[in-house]
Formats: sequence, structure tokens, C-alpha cells
Amino acid sequence: MRDPKRDPEAILTQLRQAQERESQGKFKIFFGAAAGVGKTYAMLVEAHDRKRAGVDIVVGVAETHGRAETAALLEGLETLPLREVEYRGTRLSEFDLDAALARKPKLLLLDELAHTNAPGSRHAKRWQDIEELLAAGIDVYTTLNVQHVESLWDAVAEITGVLVRETVPDSMIDRADEIKIVDLPPDDLLQRLREGKVYIAPQIERAMENFFRKDKLIALRELALRRTAERVDAQMEPYRRAQERHRAPSGGRLLVCIGSPATAPRLVRAARRMASSLKVPWTALYVQRQGRSQGAQKDEEYLSDVLSFAEELGADAVVLSGLRISDEILAYAREHNVSRIVIGKPSRPRWQEILFGSLANSLIRESREMDVYVIRGDVGDEHDTPKSIPNERPRGATYIRSLVTVGVCSLVAWFMKPYFDLSNLIMVYLLGVMLVAVSLGRGPAILASVLSVFAFDFFFVPPFFTFGVSDTQYLVTFSVMLAAALVISTMAARLRTQTQAARDRERRTAALYKLSRDLAGRQNVDELLSTAVETVQDIFSSRVVILLPDTNSRVGVRAGDESLLGPGGHDHGVAQWVFDRGEPAGLGTQTLPAAQALFIPLKGSRGAAGVLGVRPASVRALLRPDQFRLLETCASQTALALERAELAAQAERSRIQIEAERLRNTLLSSVSHDLRTPLAGITGAASSLLEGDDKLPPETRRELVESIGEEAARLNRLVGNLLDMTRLESGELKVQKEWHSLEEVIGAALERLGPRLDGRSIEVTLPDELGLVPLDDVLIEQVMFNLVENALKYTPAGSPIEIRAESAPGEVWVEVADRGPGIPPGEEQRVFEKFYRFREANRPGGIGLGLTIARGIAEAHGGQMTAGNRPDGGARFRFSLPVEGEPPRLEPEVKQAEADIPRGADAADGRG
Amino acid sequence: MRQTAEAESQGSQPALILVIEDELQILRFLRAALTSHGFRYVEATTGEEGLRQAATRAPDLIVLDLGLPDQDGLEVTRRLREWSAVPIVVLSARGKERDKITALDAGADDYVTKPFAIGELMARLRAALRHGARAGQDPGEETLEVGNLRMDRVRRLVFRDGAEVRLTPIEYKLLVALAKYPGRVLTHAQLLRQVWGPGYARQTHYLRVYMAQLRHKLEVDPARPRYLITEPGVGYRLREE
Repeated sequence: MRDPKRDPEAILTQLRQAQERESQGKFKIFFGAAAGVGKTYAMLVEAHDRKRAGVDIVVGVAETHGRAETAALLEGLETLPLREVEYRGTRLSEFDLDAALARKPKLLLLDELAHTNAPGSRHAKRWQDIEELLAAGIDVYTTLNVQHVESLWDAVAEITGVLVRETVPDSMIDRADEIKIVDLPPDDLLQRLREGKVYIAPQIERAMENFFRKDKLIALRELALRRTAERVDAQMEPYRRAQERHRAPSGGRLLVCIGSPATAPRLVRAARRMASSLKVPWTALYVQRQGRSQGAQKDEEYLSDVLSFAEELGADAVVLSGLRISDEILAYAREHNVSRIVIGKPSRPRWQEILFGSLANSLIRESREMDVYVIRGDVGDEHDTPKSIPNERPRGATYIRSLVTVGVCSLVAWFMKPYFDLSNLIMVYLLGVMLVAVSLGRGPAILASVLSVFAFDFFFVPPFFTFGVSDTQYLVTFSVMLAAALVISTMAARLRTQTQAARDRERRTAALYKLSRDLAGRQNVDELLSTAVETVQDIFSSRVVILLPDTNSRVGVRAGDESLLGPGGHDHGVAQWVFDRGEPAGLGTQTLPAAQALFIPLKGSRGAAGVLGVRPASVRALLRPDQFRLLETCASQTALALERAELAAQAERSRIQIEAERLRNTLLSSVSHDLRTPLAGITGAASSLLEGDDKLPPETRRELVESIGEEAARLNRLVGNLLDMTRLESGELKVQKEWHSLEEVIGAALERLGPRLDGRSIEVTLPDELGLVPLDDVLIEQVMFNLVENALKYTPAGSPIEIRAESAPGEVWVEVADRGPGIPPGEEQRVFEKFYRFREANRPGGIGLGLTIARGIAEAHGGQMTAGNRPDGGARFRFSLPVEGEPPRLEPEVKQAEADIPRGADAADGRG
Repeated sequence: MRQTAEAESQGSQPALILVIEDELQILRFLRAALTSHGFRYVEATTGEEGLRQAATRAPDLIVLDLGLPDQDGLEVTRRLREWSAVPIVVLSARGKERDKITALDAGADDYVTKPFAIGELMARLRAALRHGARAGQDPGEETLEVGNLRMDRVRRLVFRDGAEVRLTPIEYKLLVALAKYPGRVLTHAQLLRQVWGPGYARQTHYLRVYMAQLRHKLEVDPARPRYLITEPGVGYRLREE
């Protein structure tokens, strides 16, 4: 057994709780046995004390019920205006939670903890309002009567005979920092009642007559005192544990097994009381009996309510399924260190117990070291429960088929009769019964066995064609056949149910597996969300929406069905609340139940990553603990995937950043080198000229001046390239295509290269049919300039350069080819990279941007650029320009003039 | 010296050049280069000062930087053109083709791209001064000669190296439009208006087709023209040699 004091998890939990409590508001309950004991009065008196001590106090709600002395106490206290709510034509005044949160006093007075809020409020119950106030760090004073305590509900009902509708979960009372009991001896209370000082709503006056009787008041008073004592005890517990550290813990968990809907709530309440007095954790368990699940839908929904109720009371709720309930209970109990099992008293008739065994008996017999408590469970409560639930609704058709089967058996037996013994004919019937049992279920099987016996008797047992039985041995035949029918049909039914259950589980597991696998493969947030939406839709056959927060933590729909937010996004606030608080809300919950859908937070490791909205076909089915847990699992899977995607995106961003950083460094070192070299040349030459003055021979002076000019030109080219590159990369470069003559653009580039082409043969070959090409002349001139310059740079002086163009369908290819050493194999792509330079090249010139720019421009035109080597030596750069549309048509010049001048002859002449 | 002769193109007085430029380094070498070529020289570092100098000193030519600190060089061009026909050569950076066209269309005579060699600037100044000298005169001379090209405007004939080259009427008009201002850039719009008429100012493809035809008839290697020079994005010029 583990010592809870040494369990580091437990210590951590305690510390965390303590910390949470620090930041939360203090909560004080003024607790009384009955109305009229003066709780509100006591609360107000204390409020005045605190106010005198300088505390910022606001009255949220204080019910004075018209009593002058109470009303007088309200004077001097700030009172929050009530919110007016319109509900079905009547105006209701309700506590204004948002105003209170906005006002944020140190201490808020809020009468009547058990109050149910007007419809349309954020929370169904006032105690939920208080939870939110406390979470916001506001201290709260409130009042409570003993009959509203959840776990005492049935005890109160027993004492007074009054069924209280408004209850407060015990967890709320347990979390109070202070409980002040407001006590008044029953005689004084009755005296006050007679004086009319106790307010009773007119509609319950009659019921209350029964309430205010001395014996009942004494019992209620005792209940209140005991509940308070229990709480004081619970508060003492940590101190006592600390003191008795070495004593063996009483240990063990309490397990309450819920079975019949009739007894369930009572069992749960009883178990809570037991668990709290024993100070042990407790679990509410429901075992789904396989083979009985069909037709019990209504039952299960009710039980799911009971299980959530148990969870509210502080239990762990567990649903298991198995063939033998007692086995499942005991297996669970052994695994979970259960020392006490609570069950309801058996409600089945005695004969059933003898036939099928009793749960209580088998538990008691097999529980060995555990205690088994059997609790009365026959108190009627407000839920009417179905007395018996039909197992399976057999349809008439199955009975007819059963009848037919027996008929067929009889026919077969009839034909066999001359050749076989009677005992063999029985086998035919037995086979028939077995087939019916397996395929059609229990009812038809019983019918078949009875019919078989009669048919056998009628047709084959002498005297024939009568039902008279001369031999008692046929009674054995009958019993065996009936027994076989029952056993086989029961087994078959169980098998079917088990298969169904296994299939359901399989389906769920598969869906969950699919979800996690699909999510794992998604990095893109949108894809990931749509995967999650689809999967949740499949599993729960529901409509689904996912909301994610923006940078201001405001959630917005990112995937799924936006209509789940109600008309005009009405329920957006619910989703926002869920995201802010990290708790489920909406349809089927206690918070904002009027919403169109159930919203649960996508809880990841770093808090809520978003909100999942679900509108299922059946809300109750979804709220069953196992289903709800499955939904939560889906939500957390999605949240984790979202976090993973976010992390991946972050990693990608930083990778890009590093890449950019690296590039910037290359750029800086490259630029600084390439800029400084010509600058050094210029500075050196200029200073030599200055200092050398007249002493330098004229040819040296000229050399220096020329070098200044060359270096300046080089610098100019570098800066030009850098500017072009920047323009290209920033997207500032806009391609303005017009119909141009390629020859003219090439000519302009060659013109700009000017004297640098001296001593080179530049051969330009353009097809005669090449007309105008759509391009940006300034940019393509730059491309040609860069390509030719590149060829000049990497080829020996005097080697020829060829420029060629050819027309292809839809495009034009332009090529610049040289006779230099060519491109090293494998470098064909790299030559276009930024700052790429041939390894062996240490020639003056480029910064390694010329080709990058050329390709960038070609691509901006919608073309492409490739580099390669010519088969007969030398490098070759090609780029394409797409040709779309028809070149503009020219108005033809005077026909006669055209005819007058034979153009071809002139051109040939010109080239000669 | 040859330069001196050029500088004295207007009568015996050397031509007066007004340089409007804010970069002191550029002013310094322009001052050195212009005075050594025999020009008279005056400078202004802002647009306002430039306009004032232009009014008071009546320069023969203005060199104007488009990037001035106080106002846009284009604005200065427009204000000058309101009252003066003095030739203007603008200085502009590469990649600003739009600015060059705007300046030319606003009335500037030519442009030089920074950085430039002094030889190139002198060629532009010479060409611009020549047109300035002709301003107000009848531009219709009987023959125009550029390099080894000769245009007989009376008979509408064109000769290269003495041999006649047969041109269509539009080719001829285009060549004459360029030859009237040898060495000076003419924008697409200017050429289109002159040759085809005002309705054609945006039909640049006409110009390209006919320029190609002209080159094929007049140039030895149309892909490396000697005379019909393209200024990408701006226009054309007929180079004198």
C-alpha cells in the first residue's frame, strides 16, 4: 500500500491546490438548518464589521424578504443593480455576474447559494457564478440551508417528506474556506415563525407547514451540525495526517456499483457519505452486461446521468462491460486497491436468484479481503423507472421462420422414418432447434423446441397423430430439447452482443488510431483541422466545428460547420468562455446549456489551444462518461497535433531565419570584398598620382589614371548588380511586356558593353521569320548584357561568342554560347546560385550575381534559363521567352512603295 | 584646339554652361572638365538658385541633375521651359528610364546616365548646343550628313557611302526625324508623333518594325548598329561619328 503522504504526486497536487487557492477568492458560507434562522442577517452584520475594517464590499444579492431589520442593514453598503431578464413575458431580476466581475470588489455578498438562475443566464446555478467569482479573485459570502446539500438530499427528504429541487454539490461546500453555522434553537425558530418573521413563498406554504415541526427541525438542526462537523473534520485531516505520519493509512478505495436505475441515486449518495466519513476516495462503477444492451437505451441514458452526478459528488465514474457482473467488479476492485464495495439490495424475485445466481451473493463469496456493504435501494424518487426492459423485440417473422424450420424437420424425419430408429429422428429436430437458436434468438428457439416435441409426439410416437404420450422417456426428450434451445440461444445472443460490443470498441479504437495517425502526418494547420473535424464527425455522428484563437486570444471558426455557433454566431461567446476558462460548456452541461452545441477546450500541454464544438444526434449518449472521455481524447489529440504544428512552424521559421542570416553573412563578406577591391585600387592609384606629382613618368601616370577608370567602372557594375538583385528579390521589379525586336535589344546590350567587346567576334544569328517578341526591353537587355559579360569573363580573350535565337511553338529561345572551358560537370544548376563563382576563377569582375539576375528576369517573364556545355566545347546559356497572343498588326504602307524596294536584296547587301 | 572651336560655337564668345547639381564631387570635376574644354561655367546647387541663375545669366546650355535636394529636376525643367528654349541636358541614374522619358517629354534635350565619362558628356553637350544654335532657324537644310550617310531632302534620297539606298516613305521620314537632331536622343513618343502623327504616340511597335527595316538597309551589322542606336526604354538616337 502506498502512503499518500509520501507520494510525491500527492504532495505536488496539494501544493498546486494551495497555490491555486492563494490566487482565488475566499469563500464563506453562512449555514443554517432551516429558513428563518437569520443567515442573511448574520451575513450582513459581518459585512458591516468588515466594511469598518476598510474592506471594499459590494452586495450582489441579499434577500431581505421584507424584514425591516435586515433591510436596515443594507444601508451603507454598496448594492449592485440587478439585471432584468425577460422570460416568457415575465420580468425576472437576476444577479449580474458580468457587472460584478467588472466592478471586482474585494468581497461580494451573494445570498442563497442554492439559487437557480433565470433562463438565459450564463450559468444554470448560482454556485457556478460563485465559482467564477472566486476564480477571478473575489471573496464571496453566501448563505445555505441544510436541505440544499446534495449529499443530504435523501436524508432531508426522509425527515421532512419534502423533495427539494435546488441542490448544491458537496464539492462547493468542501471548498468553502469558512463555514459559519447560524443556529437558532427550534423553539425560538417556531416562535419567530408564529410572529411572521420567517419568509415562506406562498406557493409552498402548505408543504412548509409540514416542515416547521419541532421534531423535524431538531432532525434538520442535527443534520446541519453534523455536516459542519464533518467539514471541520475534513479540515483537520491534513494536520492529523501530518502528525500521524507513521501510522498505516486506513487506505483503500470505496467502490459503489450502480445497477438498477431505481436505486442508483440513493446508492451514490450513500457512498459519498460513507467515503467522506471514512476519508477515502471513491469510484462509481457501472458494468454493462453484455447480451443485455439492446433495448436498454433509456436505462443507459439515465445511468449516464447518475454517473455524472457521482462525478459531481467527487467520485471517479467508470463504465465497464463484461459477461459476469461480479467478475468485472472484483477484477476492477483488485486492480484499484478497493477495500469496500457498496451495492444495492437485490431487487429480483427469489426464483431468479436461485436460477441465475445473485450478484450480492457472488460478491460476498468471492470478495475475500474486501468488505461488501449492501444498502437498501427501494426508495422511490422523482424518476419513474421502467419496471422491466424487454430484452429484444422479436419480430413475428422470426417466429414464422421458426415454425417453418420445424415443418421442414418434420418432413425430413418423415422421409427418414422407414429407415432409421426413432432416436435418430429426434436428432433431426434437435438440429433444427439448434439452428433456430443460433440464428433467430431465444423466443423462436423456445417455440421451436416446444413445437418439435409436439410434432415428434404427433407424427412419430405411437399412438400416431395424437398427443398422447405413452412413455415417460419422451419427457426427457422434451426437457433436453428445451434446455438445448435455451442454452444455445443464450450463448448465441451473448456472442452476438459481444461481437457487437467488440465491433463498437474496435470502431472507436480504429477511429482514434486513425485520428492520431492522420494528425501525425499533417503539418499544415488547415489540413490538420479538417482531419480532426472529419474524424470527430465520424466517431460521434455529429456536426463539428473547431475554433482557434487569434493573437488577441479571441477565438474564431477555423474549420467545420459554422452554423453550430447558432444564428449570427450567437454562441461565439460560449466558445470564447470555454477557451478562457478551459472547461466544457454549452449543450448538455451546466454552463450555458442553451447553446446549440457542446463546446470543449482543446487542451494541450500549454493550456487551451482552441475550442471544439460538437452537436451530436443524441446529447445524452455523448455525455456518457466513456463517450465523453473519448471526445476529450480526440480533443487533446487535436490540441497536441496543433501544438506540434505550431512547433514545426516555429522550427521552420527559425530555419529560414538562420538561412537568411547565413545568406546575409555571405552577402556581407562577398560585397565587402568585392567593393573594397576596386576601392583599394582607386584609392591607391589616386594617392600615387597625388603624391608622385611631377616625378612620375607620363606613361605611369596614364596607367594609374586608366586603372582608376577601370576600377570605377567595375564598382559601377557591382553596384548595378546589387541593385538589380535587390529589386528582383523585393518584387519591386515589374515586367512591362511590349512587342519588341530581339535584334534591337541584343544590339543595345552589345552597345552598352562597348569597348569591352574589342577583339571579340560576336556572331548574332536570328531567323528571318522571327518577328516581334513580347518582352520588357530594359530587363531583357540586362539579361543579354549579363550573359555576354559572363561569357567575356570566363573565356580567353579573343575567343568568339555566338548569340542565336530560334522560334518554337509558343516561345522563343535565345542562346549565348562561347568557346571557353565550359561549365564543370554537375555545376549546371549551381552557376545560377547567388554569389556563385567558378572555383578556379580569380579574375576581376563579378560578384556572382549576374547569372542569378539573368535567370530571375527570364523567370519573371514566364520563361526559364538553363546552362550547359556545347558538344564541341564551350559553355551555353539558353533562356526562353513565352510568346502569347498575336503581334500587333501594322497598317501596310503604300503598296507601291513596298514593291518598289526589294527588301531582301537590301538586307543581303547590308550584311555583305 | 578643337575643343575651343566647339566652345565658341555661338559667335566668338565661349558658350556659358549652367550646372545645377548638389553633389560637390560632381560639381568639382564638371567645373574642371568644362573649363578645360574652354567653356564658361556657372553653377547652382539648388533648383531655385538654378532658375534664378538661368534668368539672370542667360546660359547657352543647362546641365541639370534630376535628383535635387529642394525640388524635382523635372519641375525645374518644366518651369524653365515656360519661358526659355535653352538646351537642357539632364543627369540621371540607370534604372530610372521613366524619369528620363518624362524629362525629355517635358522639354529636356538629352540625358546622360550617371556615372558617365566626360567624353560622353561632351558629345551630348556638343549635340545639344548645335540644336540650340539652330533654334529659331529653319531646320530644313537641303542635305543632312551623318557619318557616311547623306540625305538629300529635296529629292528625298538617301545615300550610304555614295550609293543610293531605297527607302519607303515612312522609313525616310523616320530617318530624317532622327537626322535633324544628330547625336540627340528622341523618345518613342516624339518620333511617333513626328512620323506617323499625334494619334500614334503609343504605337511603339510601328517604330520597332521600321527601325529594324532601316537598320537592315543602312547598317553593316544590324545587330551591332553604328548609327541607329537604341536607348532601351527611352528611345533612339542617330549617332554622329
